[in-house]
Amino acid sequence: MRQTRLADLFREQHDVILADWIKALSDSTAARRDLIGDADLQRQARDFLGAVTRAMTSGELDVNAIAWDPVRELLARLSRSRALQGFKPSETATFVFSLKEPVFTQIRRTSTQSDTVGDDMWAVTTLLDGLGLYTTEVFQKTREEVIARQQQEMLELSTPVVTLWQGVLALPLIGTLDSARTQVVMENLLQRIVDTGSMIAILDITGVPTVDTLVAQHLLKTVAAARLMGADCIISGIRPQIAQTIVHLGVDLNSVTTKATLADAFAVALSRAGLSVAPAAAKPAGPSDSAVAAH
Amino acid sequence: MIPTRESLPLQTDEHVVRVRQTVRQRAIELGFSLVEQTKVVTAASELARNTIQHGGGGEACVETIMDGLRRGLRLTFMDTGPGIPDLTLALKDGYSTGGGLGLGLSGARRLSSEFDIESEPGRGTRVVIVRWK
Amino acid sequence: MERIPILKMGPFLLVTIQVDMHDRLAMQLQDDLTTRIADTSARGVLIDISALEMVDSFIGRMLANIAGMSRVLDAETVVVGMRPAVAITLVELGMSLTGVRTALDVERGMALLGSAQRR
Repeated sequence: MRQTRLADLFREQHDVILADWIKALSDSTAARRDLIGDADLQRQARDFLGAVTRAMTSGELDVNAIAWDPVRELLARLSRSRALQGFKPSETATFVFSLKEPVFTQIRRTSTQSDTVGDDMWAVTTLLDGLGLYTTEVFQKTREEVIARQQQEMLELSTPVVTLWQGVLALPLIGTLDSARTQVVMENLLQRIVDTGSMIAILDITGVPTVDTLVAQHLLKTVAAARLMGADCIISGIRPQIAQTIVHLGVDLNSVTTKATLADAFAVALSRAGLSVAPAAAKPAGPSDSAVAAH
Repeated sequence: MIPTRESLPLQTDEHVVRVRQTVRQRAIELGFSLVEQTKVVTAASELARNTIQHGGGGEACVETIMDGLRRGLRLTFMDTGPGIPDLTLALKDGYSTGGGLGLGLSGARRLSSEFDIESEPGRGTRVVIVRWK
Repeated sequence: MERIPILKMGPFLLVTIQVDMHDRLAMQLQDDLTTRIADTSARGVLIDISALEMVDSFIGRMLANIAGMSRVLDAETVVVGMRPAVAITLVELGMSLTGVRTALDVERGMALLGSAQRR
């Protein structure tokens, strides 16, 4: 049986293989001795070879099988920590591939029948190739996770909801709006409406360079959702080009209150809340010229 | 994550509620945001009701699935009812045969990441939706 | 048979929906409410849905129906407390419930009914 023969080889020749491998690793440039110390490299080699040897005893040569779970877990950890240390994914894969040579040497040395040598080498090659490629997969996955997290963080940073007055919220939108961002904007705004009990929210799009049909639809959806919750939205800062686009696109903004500037929108919001801005006539000219008073 | 699969009957109003609760539970386990949960539960509710009202009852299958880093919910609604003769028409907003608003199918499609419908007149209808996290 | 309770507060009726409603229960509420509006000559109906985790087209239609029927019976309807996630989903579904008045919470809903009555 090939499986048992290989399992025996890994177990019986373990020490020889390990010694050969560590020596090869120390001489190799791909081992990046500038990034990792002797002790760490030897520990990684010993742990990996140990795990492979144990998995071999299961008689299973498919790296995706359950028996190989510990090996894959070990490689995942290794790949992640090496990625953080600054290793390239190819260097981590090469670490795994470099185990082939010392193993092949032992296969050739110990085999009694020459016809099994090719067979065994093929099995070991397939196995280590699978494991080496697995490390690059993990590396890529780690990177994707980092990117996904950063995207989420950026989305949250780019949508501040501010309170202009008690019961009046404003959301100054800056930059291009895409579907994902508008969604986050919408959710944040609606949640803040609930949290603050605000009845009016101003969506200011002065800082939005272009509005296409999709973005216009998203804005309308936000307004509709706020209305369902019992709050009114005012859209302000619609620039002339955007006004033209909106009309050309045939987007119906009739159901929405729109104002040219954030200041105009704020005045509307105050008047709806039963407030007005008036000069403080009774006082001599002070640092503040106006005050907000209830009707 | 271990993929799961559950089959639920769809014959009565109470079964619709059970499907909603099961979908909500799985969505929470998958880490869906509140809005994502609500969207997928609402889509499930629309389709479950369709299965009962138009398909004369059937079953729902709730599965958690994985694709690389993505995790999602796949919901299948099956009936052996009269089927839908004109799918394009049935998917239009406002088209209704059940006296409703005609938002069931089209609305559920808008609430899903992937939407697939197969129907054969006289044999039944099968709707599959996927919502990725 | 289970029913959603309808409370009378002065000239207004107050309904708080706290269960995951199945369709029959929603229909029952619609019937009960219209009967109670007529019986009590109520001037307004306040429906608190802050506990609802989901509103689909059926429940949405029920809310619109109640608003329409009560208007015919000379009563104003206000739906209060819709959660953000529910509102987003309902809009995505294609239902904007035009014709249904809304408010953030019960207090503001009551104020809205009060001001509508004075007019």
